[in-house]
Amino acid sequence: MLNYVIKRIAIAIPTMLILIILSFLLMHAAPGGPFTSERPLPPQVLANIEAKYGLDQPLWRQMVNYVWGVVTQFDFGPSFKYKDRTVNEIIAQGFPITLKYGFWSFVFAIGVGIPLGAIAAIRKNTWIDYLAVGVSIGAQVLPNFVMAPLLVITFTLWLGWLPGGGWNGGSIEYLIMPVIALSTSYMASIARITRSSMLEVLNSNFIRTAKAKGLPGRTILLRHALKPSLLPVISYLGPAFVGLITGSVVIDIYFSTGGMGYFFVNSATNRDYSVMMGITILVGFLTIMFSLVVDMLYAWIDPKIRY
Amino acid sequence: MIVADKNKIAEMAENLTGLDAVDGRSLWADARRRFMHNKAAVVSLVILTLIVLFSFIGPYFAVWSNEEIDWAVMGSAATLGMPSFETGHFFGTDDLGRDIYSRVIQGTQISLMVGVVGAFIAVSVGTLYGAVAGYVGGRTDQIMMRIVDILMAIPFMFVLILMLVVFGRSIGMLFIGIGLLAWLDMSRIVRGQTLSIKNKEFIEAARATGVSGFKIITRHIVPNLLGVVAVYATLLVPGMILTESFISFLGLGVQEPNTSWGALISEGAGTIRYDTEWQLLFPLAFFVVSLFCFYFIGDGLRDALDPKDR
Amino acid sequence: MSLLEVNNLSVEFATQDGAVRAVNNVSFSVDEGKTLAIVGESGSGKSQTVFAMMGLLAANGKATGSVRFEGDEVLGLTGDALNAIRAQKMAMIFQDPMTSLNPYMRISDQMAEVLVHHNGLSKSDAIKQSIRMLDAVKIPEAKNRIRMFPHEFSGGMRQRVMIAMSLLCQPKLLIADEPTTALDVTVQAQIMRLLAEIQKDFGTAIILITHDLGVVAGNSDDTLVMYGGQVMEVGTTESVYAAPTHPYTQGLMSAVPRVDSELDKLVTIPGNPPNMMNMPTGCPFTPRCRFAIEKCLKTMPELVHSGGDAGHMRACNVPKEDLV
Repeated sequence: MLNYVIKRIAIAIPTMLILIILSFLLMHAAPGGPFTSERPLPPQVLANIEAKYGLDQPLWRQMVNYVWGVVTQFDFGPSFKYKDRTVNEIIAQGFPITLKYGFWSFVFAIGVGIPLGAIAAIRKNTWIDYLAVGVSIGAQVLPNFVMAPLLVITFTLWLGWLPGGGWNGGSIEYLIMPVIALSTSYMASIARITRSSMLEVLNSNFIRTAKAKGLPGRTILLRHALKPSLLPVISYLGPAFVGLITGSVVIDIYFSTGGMGYFFVNSATNRDYSVMMGITILVGFLTIMFSLVVDMLYAWIDPKIRY
Repeated sequence: MIVADKNKIAEMAENLTGLDAVDGRSLWADARRRFMHNKAAVVSLVILTLIVLFSFIGPYFAVWSNEEIDWAVMGSAATLGMPSFETGHFFGTDDLGRDIYSRVIQGTQISLMVGVVGAFIAVSVGTLYGAVAGYVGGRTDQIMMRIVDILMAIPFMFVLILMLVVFGRSIGMLFIGIGLLAWLDMSRIVRGQTLSIKNKEFIEAARATGVSGFKIITRHIVPNLLGVVAVYATLLVPGMILTESFISFLGLGVQEPNTSWGALISEGAGTIRYDTEWQLLFPLAFFVVSLFCFYFIGDGLRDALDPKDR
Repeated sequence: MSLLEVNNLSVEFATQDGAVRAVNNVSFSVDEGKTLAIVGESGSGKSQTVFAMMGLLAANGKATGSVRFEGDEVLGLTGDALNAIRAQKMAMIFQDPMTSLNPYMRISDQMAEVLVHHNGLSKSDAIKQSIRMLDAVKIPEAKNRIRMFPHEFSGGMRQRVMIAMSLLCQPKLLIADEPTTALDVTVQAQIMRLLAEIQKDFGTAIILITHDLGVVAGNSDDTLVMYGGQVMEVGTTESVYAAPTHPYTQGLMSAVPRVDSELDKLVTIPGNPPNMMNMPTGCPFTPRCRFAIEKCLKTMPELVHSGGDAGHMRACNVPKEDLV
């Protein structure tokens, strides 16, 4: 197990470095520096500013400095747009919001998806199975940016039950629509994956053995079928995490929740490269850490990859 | 002791089943037959064809072009810009007084093009990469696949947006970005498939009879990959359309005066508070129906080409 | 009264292309402590016959007829009543020991749960008894190995675990569905010897399903030959071996390689097993039978006394004397 963890971390570190270097180089490939504005600055001022941000040093030096700052102190440097704010401050403002509705989206996707898929598999070819299959097919074409306006039309404009945007500290009525809009398609995918893997497991030889042993259906499901059925779901959690964090950008824009996605798009339109880089790297880091956790969870369940 | 009496057996078998003349059907003919039996896939194919036709024929019926502004409507889209035959705005207008009908047609063309071209790039790169890795094998394969592993762990949507910002937003950039984002899965699938084909007896037989490596790849491996590639490509197209729409929804994709489903949905979604639902619902309907069709066709193809899955 | 009496058992599967009859009017009985071998090629319906007895048919399968265990009807039982029969009265081991054990659970958990559920033992007592059973099937160091996962055992060892697990509740009947097919030849012999010993020690009756006549010879009291879902011939193993009276049995016999015969005399039965989707109306073996007559195409012969030893029956339209 320990070897496995070390091996996985050994892959994670270069991945992280590649991501940091890639975004750094991308930023420097950009035509025009961050301070080429409409009104050209006097050369002396420009030189001063560039010195302040370390832009007068050779490229490799800048890169080493940046990578060093990120790796050792999680310091993404100052914002290029808002001169008085650092990237870290901006992230600190948006991240808790993203984390809150992201967490609940994850819980919703798993908490509804797995039971729905499992029940569909157990009650194959009944109305609940058809419902689950229908929902999972439908949700394929209902990504977050389609769900969001449809939810607003229904619950804000038509029924008038929920506020159509804002955050308000994340109180429940402001949380519901972002969570549902963000997680529906992942909930549906998890339901679909659970259903098909559970059907496969229920048809496997070891379930037949368990039946031949005279165990009651409930025991067979919970003790024998559930764990192996969840393995493909666990593999899917990594991509789902990436999808959720990517989708959060749409949520922040459409519901004005003020999470990281808002700052990302805002900086994309303002060419605020350091904020974009900071968020990209943070997201990459989270993704890699998450997939590490998922792989370990997988290894813990599946005894065959324990060593 | 039983010894086979061939004639007698053949005769009896014929009497019994009448199945002696089993047609030798090719894989593709078989696949087409199975596909045609899949109602959802066939209906989807018809609908999708109609949508494509519409995007080409539709402009001839348009009263307004996609860039023309109806000054009579501008500013009061909620009351005057409703879908109507009288004004010639079949799908209504947007807030600027532009004709949604024409804009949906244009968005359909662009979204479908992005989907198909993006999928084509992804499939080409992925197939080539995966086939080489799988066929060469050994250390090369390991390194190539490790690179894929590493790239897969990167949140690509963010990098793609970063690229769009750095290199400027153009359709060309969008194609490249989206295509390059999606080849990773393809390369894994093709590699796996190549590995399994490589070890099949008929490849060994070809090698044993002295067929050259190049010929083995072109005559034996690539044709056997086609099925998987076709299925995956069909499923990639809606994926590409989704990605493009996502980016355009954020306003970072296709730029005015061009438009796409994502951009139109974004505009429509932004104005739903002003009682102009048609601005959202028409492009949304095209988007949803087309994606449905692509998924059903992809499913149908998979079932048709991979019968063992059923 | 026999321990197990099966009468006119039929199994049908509802498929998209209509009903498929996998087992057709099969009858037999097994006495306490005896072994019945059911022999046939794959697709002959031998496995579905015993699956029907255990209530293990696939969801689209339906069994009709009667299966009596110690005089009580077991066919059609469901839920708790069925589970009370399984493992405690009739236990079963399967063809593929590699996949028949749950790969995600320790052997200890898989074995102990049987005793906990059926006999109400505590977990620790159940594990102690499971270790004794593993000792009985000659698994070395059972005490330590019971903590392991299935993939840490070899194929033969896994089948031993399966046997130990099936015997935990001391069932009166053990159904072994091709228990040695997936194993190496040397291991096959060990497993067959183990089954014989167990029968002696526990007095368990065994239904041994196999396609390998070599396995049947020294290991069974009675033999039942199936083809295309029908019983072709049945009798004591001795008399079926000494004087097979059905063309199919004769074919099977001559297809067995023997040490004392020369290799060039080894014969195969021409043709393939019948397609279940497209069963002939008459005797299913007709297309492959070199003695077949016109009648065989239309009429399935009755199972009648063969004229040999008592209980030796055959189902063939062609008189025994004409099979030369």
